[in-house]
Formats: sequence, structure tokens, C-alpha cells
Amino acid sequence: MRLWLEKQRHLIDFTLASLARRKTKNIGLLLAYMLLVFVLASLMLFTHALRSEAAYVLASSPEVIVQRMVAGRHDLVPPDYLERIGRVRGVQKMQGRLWGYYYDPVLNANYTFMARPSGEIADGGIMVGNALARERGLSTGNTISFRSYSGKLFTFEVLATLSPDSELLSADLVLLSENDFRRFFEYPAGHFTDIAMSVANPQEVRNIAAKLGKMLPDSRPILREEILRTYESLFDWREGIVLTVLAGAILAFAILAWEKASGLSAEEKREIGILKAIGWETSDIIRMKSWEGLLISITAFLGGVLAAYVHVFHFGAAVFEPVLKGWSVLYPKFKLLPTVDGLQLITLLFFTVFPYMAAVLVPIWRAAIADPDTVMRA
Amino acid sequence: MLFQPSIIALLLAAGSGVFMLACAAPFAMQVILRWDMRSGSEQQLRLERRTYLFSTLLAFVMASQLAALLLFVFNADRLAVMFVGAMCAVGTLNVNEWGFPSLIAQITIFFLASMWLTINHIDTLARDYPLVRIKYALLLALLPILAGGFWLELQYFLNLKANVITSCCGSMFSAESKTIAAEASGLAPEPALWLFYISMLAAIAASLGHWRSGTRSSAFLTALFSASGFATAIAGVLSFVSLYIYEHPHHHCPFCILKPEYDYRGYWLYIPLFAATAAGLGAGVTQVFARRSSLAGVVPNVSRRLAGLALCAFLIFTGAVSYFVLSSNLVLLEH
Amino acid sequence: MIELADIRKAFNQGHTNEYWALHGISLKLDAGRVTAFRGPSGSGKTTLLTIIGCLAKPTSGRIRFKGEEISGLPERFLTDIRRQSFGFVFQQFNLIKGLSALDNIILPGFPSGRPRAELLANAASLLDRLKLSHRSRARVEWLSGGEQQRVAIARALINDPEVIIADEPTANLDTALSLEFMGILEDLTALGKTVLLTSHDPLVVESQAVHRVIAMRDGRLTET
Repeated sequence: MRLWLEKQRHLIDFTLASLARRKTKNIGLLLAYMLLVFVLASLMLFTHALRSEAAYVLASSPEVIVQRMVAGRHDLVPPDYLERIGRVRGVQKMQGRLWGYYYDPVLNANYTFMARPSGEIADGGIMVGNALARERGLSTGNTISFRSYSGKLFTFEVLATLSPDSELLSADLVLLSENDFRRFFEYPAGHFTDIAMSVANPQEVRNIAAKLGKMLPDSRPILREEILRTYESLFDWREGIVLTVLAGAILAFAILAWEKASGLSAEEKREIGILKAIGWETSDIIRMKSWEGLLISITAFLGGVLAAYVHVFHFGAAVFEPVLKGWSVLYPKFKLLPTVDGLQLITLLFFTVFPYMAAVLVPIWRAAIADPDTVMRA
Repeated sequence: MLFQPSIIALLLAAGSGVFMLACAAPFAMQVILRWDMRSGSEQQLRLERRTYLFSTLLAFVMASQLAALLLFVFNADRLAVMFVGAMCAVGTLNVNEWGFPSLIAQITIFFLASMWLTINHIDTLARDYPLVRIKYALLLALLPILAGGFWLELQYFLNLKANVITSCCGSMFSAESKTIAAEASGLAPEPALWLFYISMLAAIAASLGHWRSGTRSSAFLTALFSASGFATAIAGVLSFVSLYIYEHPHHHCPFCILKPEYDYRGYWLYIPLFAATAAGLGAGVTQVFARRSSLAGVVPNVSRRLAGLALCAFLIFTGAVSYFVLSSNLVLLEH
Repeated sequence: MIELADIRKAFNQGHTNEYWALHGISLKLDAGRVTAFRGPSGSGKTTLLTIIGCLAKPTSGRIRFKGEEISGLPERFLTDIRRQSFGFVFQQFNLIKGLSALDNIILPGFPSGRPRAELLANAASLLDRLKLSHRSRARVEWLSGGEQQRVAIARALINDPEVIIADEPTANLDTALSLEFMGILEDLTALGKTVLLTSHDPLVVESQAVHRVIAMRDGRLTET
């Protein structure tokens, strides 16, 4: 075992020295390798970050949301629904929600207005999302006026800006009191936008949703897990599509790796011949060359992943944003929460290191079986 | 099918493994038909050099198989969200009837590849390469198994449709259902504990005995007890080890222990267990060829070293299990 | 020590350009002596040395080394024998450029897994014996022809082989350096090494240091 370790150390030493001697030859391959890792890693880190943002958003959202449908369109929930749902067994908590969109001509963007119980926010006050506050230059104590859809002007005082834990959650959010909300949008009294409920036993969610559907045929219960599933498949699907587009790049890279590994220079061939003549075995050469491949792979992988991390979490994935993000528009300085997971890294390994090693396998073997007597015959 | 990067990666890995081995098959045939150690011809030299390609290829397939196994389980865990009722990897694997067969096939392929590499290793230590033909016949036999594994995986992923109601580990391992995994965890913790420690003791004793004596029968015993040890160890993880780790009397999942929430403790179990089983099987399989004259001096040494490795790995595994059980806050057995 | 029986070697066997380099060589070589193979280029002396030194396998015929038959062995084991028992000094020296003299010398020790410190100490003492310690850190391409050859000799000796094989050792050296090489040759004999070399340099084949000269032509021995 000690001999074996010592031998591997020798082989790595030699490989490092020989890589250093052929810097210019290897640098091109290394850069292409790193670029591939970088692009794929950016893609994966970015979709994963969006995915965890979505999960984060959903974690705090209610297990079931009940909407009312009229002619296949989302409509206001009439006052008696709350009471009727309350009779379904297993419903633990239930709350009518009020929210809507407001178009602000100043920023050309939509805000989400959401009512909070009057205990939380006093009439005449609002809390605003981080991005919005930044864009409109608001801070606590300022006042701001919005012209409602009916043409009346309302002035609010900013009580607080929302914590930027997850900007996706709160960026465009405006929280105001229920009274203000109803006045601002001229919302009919007793009506709600939808109903949020939580369920005592999570295993029962589907049964309760089914009961609701029977009791209120014009209602549409939306389950949190379904939203989560939809987001997941949406992200997976987008990631898959981009990956397929990039499959050409992976293939091209594998071909480049094969080319580079088979096109040994006369100098390298001579070296392998010398090593074999002075007592290196074919499998020693294969091992040495495999170490070379592994070292290049590790360098490219680490370098690429690191660059991708910086790209995604510090520069907001400038390259992929248009392809992958694709929901609301108001995120001028949108930063993702850094998250990396093992599954992604292993998957990335299979899309980069695996094709590389597979491509250089045969060329390595071909180089290693050189006749040991060539150095004498030359 | 779900169009998902990890699934594409898994299929890519399994597919290229089959592809590479299939490309190599005609050359393996040539080796079987034309091998003549006595000949000094250039053709014999070419065949000899080709053998290096095969061993490198198989080592590569085995390494990627191991990584793929990990990815397969991780991915199943992540996909659980896509299926109603699935709460972790077990639920995802249960979405259709191909999930668990596919996992078992992958584990089998890993052990078969490790055994082939062991046979290859002893063959290259003997000066006349006595096992060349057997080795390449085995390689050809491995090809359909690899292809079968790929097919199972493909079936599994092709039939994976989100929103199918599946049972999660909570209900799957309940005593009513009749699948293998359910039966394993359906064992009450106490008999499972006894069975586990008896069989670990047997595996440790056998490998210790073989490590010291190096006889033919002790080698086969080591292989036998390693294989049965693997089975009971998995059953033990299902029926009580996981419970102690989760500190929850009904959570039997063998995969969640790999997660960060449980400090990656699963790796302390699975890495030694797989290493021990591969080494134990290797100790036995080499002994099959011990009667060949040129291997007589080689096999006992290799076999004993493998037994020593199996011994260490089984000890680590059993130690880790005991530690997790003793340090847990869960009380399953009344003292 | 080395016995050859009816050694034949063909290149490009089965092709139109098939060519037989050796036509049945039978020979016995004793341990501890210096033997020179002499003959014009193309006479097969280098091919014969590659076969004796386990660099190539004969197409037919048998070789015994220290009483053991080695002609039928796979390359893997020939390499083991070559590494342990033969040291090579090539005509072009065949040092690896970009590495220092020391790093070149320890290369044959890598596959055996000997610790680096031990190899380096060994190499340093060899360089000392060859009076080249002051150049040990220099890259080999900066060394003169004579220095390069001494590095090559040190490399041949690092695994302490019984047999040294030298192919045209003086072809790239002037008279003074050639004489120096013959001096080293005598030292090696004094250490009990067996030396096999090819040469058509009269300085070598007629030297006192050479115990036996074998002449070859067209793949056959002409006198022994």
C-alpha cells in the first residue's frame, strides 16, 4: 500500500512537471474545458437558485388557496364562502385575502398591493418592498402618492421597507391596511380576492381539496405542493432545454479532447518511448496519463464552478437571465441567495468530466502501447 | 419522461458504458479466439497490448457506475417533490415498477465489475496470463448485464410521470405491503438487531480467519458471509439503523441518511459496506482459480489481503452502526 | 548468464515489406564481462540488443536469463525484468528535456515506488561517482555531450541492474570523452556489472576494457 501511494506520488510529480513544460499546448484545452464547465455550472446554479427562491416563497404561503371562478376566470370571493368552508372538517385556519396589481406609470412597472389586518398596519401607512423603495427613492417616514384606477389621489406614509431576505418575495410588494385597500381599489365590502387556508393534517390536503370542490363547485382549490411541482418541472424543463442546446458544445468539447489526446507531439511520443525503455510499464504510462487527465479536469472543474458561482451570485447571471428567469420585470438589482447542492455538482461532473475522460481513454491507451524499442531503433 | 438534467446525465453515463463495452466486444472475441502466449508474432503482441485497454475501460465503467449510483439516489430524492405522496427517494423509486429493479441492477453491476477487476488483477500477476480466455468470456457476459441495467434505467425514467400517486417511505415500509424492502423493515427491531450483529460477526470472523489462514475454504466462507452480510446490513439499515439515526420510530428510509440534515452519516455506513462486500467477494472469487499452477503463489496473498480489507471495512461499518445506535436518543428496545 | 537459442526476428510480418533482421542467433554471454557487438549498420546488432534487453520479443527462438526462460513472457513481466536487471545507455542519450539531471536519473525508479528521498540520495551519490555533482540541478539540455552521457549512465545505474546495455556509446563523443567513457566502463566491470555494447568505433572494440568482441553481418554472427 505504501509503495502504491509512493508510486502514485511519483506519477503525479512527473505529470505536473510535464504539464508545466507544455503550458502553451494545454492552456487552450484547459480554457475550453473551463468555459464548458462555467457555462453549464452557471446554468445549473442559476436554475437551482431560482428553484430554491421559489421554494422559499412557497414555504411561507398557505397550503391551500381557494379561488372562485366565473366563466373560467378568476373572480372575487363572495362573503358567505368563508363561513361555508369553515364547516369542512380538518380545516385548521382560514383567512380571506385581499390583493391586486397596480400599474405605476413612473416606473412602468406593476406593483403587488396586499392588504394586511389593520392591527399590523395603521390606515394611511404602507410598507414597501426593497426593490421598489430603491427605485422610487423611498425610505421610512417619506410619503408617496398613488393615483387609483378611479382617478383619485391617495397619499401614504412609508412605515418600513421589507427585509431583503428573499428579494423575489418582496421586491414589488406594497403592504397596506384593509380599509385603505378597499378604498383604493373600490373593492366591494365583504368580498375577497381569494381564501388562504391551512390544514391540520398534511396527509389530508387532497381529501379536503376534493370536499371543497364538491361543496363549492365554482371554486378552484390550489395546493401548495402542486405549485411547487409546477415550478420544479418548469425549471427542470428549461434547464433541460438549454442543456440540449448545449449538447453540441459538450460533443464538440469531447471531440477536441480526443483530438488533443491523440495528437501527441513528436516530443511527447519520444518521452513515452524513453520512459518505456527505461522500465516504465504500459499500465504506468496509462496511469500517468490518467492522472494528467484528472488534474486537468479538477483544475477546469474547480475554476469553472468558481467562476460560475461569482457570475451567478455576484453578477446576477447576466448571460442566462433572459432565457431562464422569465417572470415579472421589476428586478433591477435582483440578487439570488447563494445555494449549491451535491446533486448539481455530480450532474455537472457527468456532463463535463465524464465525457472528457471517456474521450481521452482510447488515445491514452494508444499512446501508452508504443513500442519500447523505438528509442533504440531511431 | 421527465426532461431533467440529472436524468439525462444518468442515461448518458449508462448508455456510454454499454456503448464502449459493445465497441470493445469484437476485440474481446479476437482475444478469446487467437490468444497464444507462446507466439512471438506481432499479432499476439497486439492482442496483449489490447488487454490494457479493457482493464482501463472496465475500471472507468466501475468508477462511473459508483458515481452514477450516488447520482441516481440523490436524483430520486430531489424528484420526490414531483410525485404526490412521495416524500423521499423511496417514493420516487416506487413511482413505477422499474425503480427498485434498476437500483438493484446498478448495485449488481458495481459488484460484478469489481469482481472482474479482481480476477484481472490476479491474472496480470501470473507470468503466463492463465485466465485470459475466462476473463474475456466474463467480459462478454458482462455486456448483456450492463445493457440490461441500461434498459431498466431507461424504462424507469421513460415511465416516470409526475403526479402519479405513490406511497412514500412511511407507507411503503408498513407491514402490510409485500415488497422486499417492506419485508426487511417489517422485521421487528429486536430480531433484526440480533440478525444484524450475528451476520456481521460471521463476516468479520470469516474474513479474520481467512486473513490469518488463507485457506481455500475460508476464502469461500468469506465471500459467502460478505454477500449475506451485505443483505442483512441493508435489512438492518432499513429496520433499525435508520430509525436510530432519524430518531423517529417509523422513518425507515435508507437514503435520507445520506442527506446533510443527518450529517451525511449514511456515507459512514455505505462506503465501508460496499468496500467490504467488494473485497470479500474478491477474496472468494480469486480462490476459484487457486489451483492453476502459475496462480498458486499469487492467489493466497491477494485473497488474504482482500480479506484483510474486508475485515477492516466490516469493522468500521459495524462500529459506525453501533455508535449511531448508542448515541441516539431514540429508545426502541426496553433494557 | 544469458543464453540465446536460434533467435529470429521479423518486422512487418505477413506484409509485403516483411523483413528479417535476425536469422537464428545462438549465443552465450557470461556475467561480469564486457562484450562488444561489431558490425555495419543494418547488421542486426541493435535489434539483438533490444531482444536481450527485453525491449522487444523475438519472433522465434528462446532466451534464458539467469537460467530462467523469458522469451515467452508478456510485456508486463519483461518490463519488470528490464527495470530490475538492465540499464540502458542510448546513442542519443534520450534524456527528457526540461527536467534536471537529478530528475532524469530517478525516473527508472518511479514504477517500483521507492521513496523519492531514497532515490534522490542514490542519484546524488551516482553523480558524485561520475564527477558531475556540480551539474545535478542543471536542466539536461544545458549539459555538454559528455555530461549528458554521464547523466544517462547514472540513470542506467539507479535501479542497480546486473547488466548495462550501451548502444553506440561513443558515436557522439570526441576521443577524449570516448577514453573517459572506457574508464567508466572499467569501473563498472570492477563493480561486477555485465556490459553489452554495440560499436564500430576501433577505440572501443580494440580497447583493453572489452573482453569479447562479436562480429555480425546481415543478421548472422560472423565470428565469436
